[in-house]
Formats: sequence, C-alpha cells, structure tokens
Amino acid sequence: MSTLVTGAITFALGCYALASILVIVRLVRGPSAQDRVSALDLLYFHAMLVMLVLSIGHRNDVYFEAALLIALFGFVSSAALAKFVLRGEVIE
Amino acid sequence: MNEMPGWEQIAAAGLLIASGILVVISSIGVLRLPDFFRRMHPPALAYTLGSWTVTLAAMLTTETGPVAHLLLIPLLLAITVPVTTVLLARVALFRRRAARSGDTPPPVTAPAVTLNEQPMAER
Repeated sequence: MSTLVTGAITFALGCYALASILVIVRLVRGPSAQDRVSALDLLYFHAMLVMLVLSIGHRNDVYFEAALLIALFGFVSSAALAKFVLRGEVIE
Repeated sequence: MNEMPGWEQIAAAGLLIASGILVVISSIGVLRLPDFFRRMHPPALAYTLGSWTVTLAAMLTTETGPVAHLLLIPLLLAITVPVTTVLLARVALFRRRAARSGDTPPPVTAPAVTLNEQPMAER
C-alpha cells in the first residue's frame, strides 16, 4: 500500500467526519420529522462509507460485511421511521 | 512493496478523494438548502456517486484479482434508496396537506379521471 493511497484514505475519512458533523447539525436542528429521518439515513450511509474505506486501509473483508449490515439496517430503520411518521404505526 | 505507485493505486487515491469531496458537498447541501423538498436532492449525490467511487477504489486495491462481491453495496443502495426517498416524499406531502399549507398540490386520484375527458384509445 503506497503512501498515496494511505493519504487518500486519511483525507476521505476526514471528509466523512466533517460531512457527518454537518448532517448531525441538520438532525438536531431539523424543523420537521422527515428532515430528521432523512438526516439519520444519510448518517447511516456515512458510517457505511467509513467501513468500506477502512476495509481498503486494513485489507480485511470483515469490514465489508459490516458495511453491508449497516446498509441493510439503515434501510430498514429509515423505512420504519418513515412509515411511523406517515401513519402513526409501523405495521398496519 | 513501497515502490512507485501503479496506475491502480493512483486511480484508487483519486476515487477516494473524489468520494470525500462529493460527500462533503452533499452534506453542505443538506445543511444549507431552505426547504425539505429541496433538501431531498443532495443526498442522491452521495448515494450514487459516493458509493460507486468508494466501491471502484476498493475493487482497484484488492490483490486477489477482481472481486464482484463489492458490487453488492451499490446494487443494494440502488434498490433501497428510492424506496426510502419516495416514502419520505409522501410523508412530507401528507404532512403539509394535513397542516393546510397554502402551496401544497392537492391529491391527484379523484380529479385526474374527470380531467381526461377523452378515452384512453383516442389519445
């Protein structure tokens, strides 16, 4: 692994941290409930990207499976929250 | 191990930097845009280009040849993200209608049939 890729990995992780902070500001401030749900979905996605970049850096496939699980849980939780905000119950 | 970086290392580094910049741009859009319907657009930048750039970088840096299982994540996102987005758009529309906000469009189910006076075959 060259120093070029290592520096790029560090830069990408810093960018994800900055983006997560910006999204958390929207999550806390968000005027409506759907704003908060979409911000939480984007936060799940940032965690998934961090896992993928760590799998590049550490050359380990376990991180990939963690990223897949985070993507699945992010979809399920966002869909359930959206249904709850829409109807007041998750399963009708 | 630590000689000159090959073309795949350079490409992977460029893709990683591009993904970081794209994700930051989409987050700035989420933070700064004024309306929820406008704030729904910037995450699409991260969901599509952000995930594809990171996946291609991961595929370029593997030493064991091409690996197809990394493509699972963009494909999974391509299936699940539209579902979440459409659900959230419906949530925002229904809640704005329930709040009697002025510029919300009405439901299209009942009046749309009466607006189309011609039958389907003649159009």
